Amino acid sequence: MRLAAFGRRLSWCGLLCLCLLVLSLRAPVASPLQSDPNDWAAVLAEAKGQEVYFNAWGGDQRINDYLAWAAEQLWDRHGITLKHVKVADIGEAVTRVLAEKSGGAEAAGSVDLVWINGENFAAMKQNGLLFGPFTERLPNWRLVDLEGNPTALLDFTVSTEGLEAPWGRALFNLLYDSGSVAEPPRSFEALLTWAEANLGRLTYPKPPDFMGTTFLKQGLIALTPDPQLLLAPPKDQASFEQATAPLWDFLDRLTPLLWRQGQHYPASGPAQRQLLADGALDFAFSFNPGDLDSAIALGLLPETTKAYLFDDGSLGNSHFLAIPYNAKAKAAALVTIDFLLSPEAQARKADPRIWGDPSVLAIDQLAEAERRHFQRLPNPPRALTAGLTAPVLDEPHPDWTQALEAAWTARYGR
Amino acid sequence: MTEPGYGLSLKRLSLSIAGTQLFPPLTCRVAAGEVVAVTGPSGSGKSSLLLAIAGLLPRAFQMQGEISLNGRSLLEMAAEARRVGLIFQDPLLLPHLTVGQNLAFGLSREEYRSRDARRQRIEAALREIQLEGFADRDPTTLSGGQRARVALMRSLLAEPDAVLLDEPFVSLDPMLRRDMRLLLGQLLRARGLPALLVTHDQEDAEALANQTLSLICHS
Amino acid sequence: MRLILAGIISTLLLLPVAMGLLGVLLPAFGYLPVLGGEQVSLDVWRALLAEPGLLHASLLSLRTGLASTLLSLIFILLLLAGGETWLKRRLQALLSPLVAVPHIALAVGLAFLLMPSGWLARLGSPWLTGWARPLDWAFPNDGNGLALILGLVVKEVPFLLLVALAALPQIEAEKRLAMARSLGYRPATAWIKAVLPDLTRRLRLPVFAVIAYGVANVEMAIILGPSTPPTLAVLIVEWFQDPDLSRRFLGSAAALLLLSLVLLALLIWQLAAHGLAKVWLWLGAGGHRDLGERGLSLAALLVNGPLAALTLLALLSLLLWSFAGLWRFPEAFPAFSLDTWERHAKDLLASSLTTVTLALASSGLALTLSVLALEASSRDQRPPGRGSLLVLATPLLVPQIAFLFGVAVSAAESGLIGAWTTVLWGHLLFVLPYVYLALSGPYLGLDPRYAAMARSLGKSPLTILLKVKLPLLRRALLTAAAIGVAVSVALYLPTLLLGGGRVLTLASEAVTLSSGGDRRLLAATALAQAVIPLLALLLATWFGRTKLERRGMR
Repeated sequence: MRLAAFGRRLSWCGLLCLCLLVLSLRAPVASPLQSDPNDWAAVLAEAKGQEVYFNAWGGDQRINDYLAWAAEQLWDRHGITLKHVKVADIGEAVTRVLAEKSGGAEAAGSVDLVWINGENFAAMKQNGLLFGPFTERLPNWRLVDLEGNPTALLDFTVSTEGLEAPWGRALFNLLYDSGSVAEPPRSFEALLTWAEANLGRLTYPKPPDFMGTTFLKQGLIALTPDPQLLLAPPKDQASFEQATAPLWDFLDRLTPLLWRQGQHYPASGPAQRQLLADGALDFAFSFNPGDLDSAIALGLLPETTKAYLFDDGSLGNSHFLAIPYNAKAKAAALVTIDFLLSPEAQARKADPRIWGDPSVLAIDQLAEAERRHFQRLPNPPRALTAGLTAPVLDEPHPDWTQALEAAWTARYGR
Repeated sequence: MTEPGYGLSLKRLSLSIAGTQLFPPLTCRVAAGEVVAVTGPSGSGKSSLLLAIAGLLPRAFQMQGEISLNGRSLLEMAAEARRVGLIFQDPLLLPHLTVGQNLAFGLSREEYRSRDARRQRIEAALREIQLEGFADRDPTTLSGGQRARVALMRSLLAEPDAVLLDEPFVSLDPMLRRDMRLLLGQLLRARGLPALLVTHDQEDAEALANQTLSLICHS
Repeated sequence: MRLILAGIISTLLLLPVAMGLLGVLLPAFGYLPVLGGEQVSLDVWRALLAEPGLLHASLLSLRTGLASTLLSLIFILLLLAGGETWLKRRLQALLSPLVAVPHIALAVGLAFLLMPSGWLARLGSPWLTGWARPLDWAFPNDGNGLALILGLVVKEVPFLLLVALAALPQIEAEKRLAMARSLGYRPATAWIKAVLPDLTRRLRLPVFAVIAYGVANVEMAIILGPSTPPTLAVLIVEWFQDPDLSRRFLGSAAALLLLSLVLLALLIWQLAAHGLAKVWLWLGAGGHRDLGERGLSLAALLVNGPLAALTLLALLSLLLWSFAGLWRFPEAFPAFSLDTWERHAKDLLASSLTTVTLALASSGLALTLSVLALEASSRDQRPPGRGSLLVLATPLLVPQIAFLFGVAVSAAESGLIGAWTTVLWGHLLFVLPYVYLALSGPYLGLDPRYAAMARSLGKSPLTILLKVKLPLLRRALLTAAAIGVAVSVALYLPTLLLGGGRVLTLASEAVTLSSGGDRRLLAATALAQAVIPLLALLLATWFGRTKLERRGMR
């Protein structure tokens, strides 16, 4: 008898455990944007108390630190909890939103805000995964420099249509240690000559890492017969092959001269920078003119490191903030974007001691009080001094990016 | 067979653990063909005494005195070089081998080089322990008495110079025990080996042993 | 009651695996309506087979998995074989606790130690080697996967050693050894012939788990493995996370391919083991008394000594990097700096806290369920059958990526992704089997006379469980809990995929950081990840002792 009673008790315990587990797995509550986005006060009120899951590349600690600062500010000012979801590639967030769409999690998505540009934006836009248009409703939108920066509205030639707001700007540049390299090569052809003379001292991050892909695009623009063709999607396979043939020819000659003979590539730009610091490489790439100063300040690169640009131009683009269509905390995401566009946040971001990412605001048109934030900045970043002027090259259409990555992987990545 | 110096002899042998002596120093001689029963209360060190002679005493013990077999001292020898057969109460037949292979496990490689020679020897051994035709059986299918006999024979096939038995019959029922005693006596006499038999059972001692050695605790 | 419990545990473990496999099975045959796949066809498989480097990647997975398992097994068998020596016992004592070091931390540490600009090269440069700049060596991440194999071996040797040490008393290894030596066999030979065959039989399930992990692991392959191409498992992760969403079809088919690769590896292993067993029988029955005793002992020390040293140096290099300022090659030691720890104290604390709570919760839950199931088992006086063993082994044998992506999709569909409890469930999947297996031996081996005695004194079954059995099992319970903690702390994919990036543990942070540019932060994260399970093991050992032992009386 007793045994049976004990048995029942035990099985009740087990059932209880299972019930607790199932109960605790209940779905989160959906909350689409309730308020009229034109009524900013209402948006602010709705945003209070919301949690914003900001999916952003987490591979650079300075950026993570900056976002931690932004989180503090947003909490103090608007009662918003900003959570940085660190991703290795923003593609992860895109696939997650897609999975949610497939399952009908229409208003209970796990991603509230994404840091995005290029092919990821194109994919989200194409699949209808974005909320908006919203940019013109942001109070700080009027401060954004639209005239001086054509890439603010054209993301890799794709029109943003108000679905994403520019956050910062990038310019491809190269880093080298002036202690070991006297005169760095200033064009793709010179790079090859240099690699022949210095075996195993050069490499690039493995595409599809964005820094590696940027290197490919930079090479494509430099070597392709007609760069104008890159601004529209490739017409067909034949025209893609024709346009990219000089690049593959170049890489075929370069690859055996690379670090580890091209058998292995660094995983990312920062990983390449680490190898530069080790002295294992002579060059690293950066997409951010402020990178150099802060890396030196953090003890990640030696003092003797310098930055330079290729003579015939450098790829430049903007990076953006966007809100998935099924974000739970849309109001708070809007407020977060607006805050990140404020002169204070933009100035701090541009500070090379913090992050060093150039502002997207039209600084000379700011009111006196707003401009003061920027005047507190130290001298312009080292990377941009000493005659670092070269034409800014436009990003190719995102279709080129994906085709380029696939072709590279088939040729060198396997 | 009975020359002086032959057989197993212990001189002032004592074991201690953590500074406590298990039994007073022991001196005795087991002549070839002779069986000496070792009795004593639990914990008096009977099993440890056998392990000490076999060279398998756990590290925690300290040993003093002298052990010799057929005139050569065993003290500095590795266990496997002593030619001392050790039989536990658990027959320890290896489950991954057949009965025949278990017996062959005891055979010396040098003396039985050819397959045929080995097989013939195994067959003869099986006859000796009344298990003809059991060579290919799985040892786990044997009865307790059968297993005990295989274990005993495996030990003898290694051609030891002495045999130490640690309560070999303890898990057998009285009928089997009697059979085993007879068989053991027969096998030992045929080989003329000195043997030490640890047992709790007065009957065992009386039936098999020529003399009895009593280990009495100090405390 | 036994049935209900079995049902609960099976549901917990098998449901996600089945659900997840279904979640890749349909897309693998082209069915995934949200991406426009509505026709079932073999197109995906054709595309997969046409994928460059697929064969290479698959063979790499198979090779690294099998080779690392074989080497690990040989290493521990050498260490266990034959007579104990002072050095061998030291090595065993040194290697055993290293089982708690998570593989990510270990992989990162090994990379820091062995890469061309690693600590070993720095220690020897330039005075010994003459290198002023790091050599252009392809190691780690070498194309043959040697670094990956090394990493896996370093990780699996302590695990297999512990499992083997636990199994030895069950087969009366000591007595068998004594018996064989009294028949004239040299110690190592005696061990190989009388103990090994039964031991390998007992090790079959753990070895299978090691093979499955070796073939299908993601995190060690990312850090130490080659990249052109990487292992199949890493390829699958890349495909599933590609911005080009149609690649998920490819990933799904490849996940099934990986599952078959694991099964193939197990099959190859079984066949080879069967063949070897025949050789063993021949050896065992043939009466060779000496199979090269000295060589065996020497080999044991030669392979396991450096292995233990590597692990310790790897952990040490994590420590060094976490306190480094700028550390240029070939400086042997960095400029000491507290910068990393100070700057990231908050982040590290937060992810450590998540890691610890997840570990304690999953381990506690697993312990409770295991005790209930084992109590039911021992009450019915029936040991757990093959079926329950299979249920428990399933999450360990089916590659994590093969079903976790499917689970993640289902979780995303139901809005469960990113919930702490979802991640907890994901952890329980892997923690429960290990905890159960660690506890079942001691629990079922408990002398039934204790319970009988207590019942004869009129105690209720609950009282017997709480006042008699559990106290008797204190040491085993604590050890099982520590194992649970170690398993949970090391889990990467379940955290990443079910946490949706919202639940950040030290494991997921470390892998993210491993592709980045700050070795110091990576080192600090990996170090924190290694310290937690080691601490758990230490606490379990300390509190597992009786009061007398703790006072040093015994």
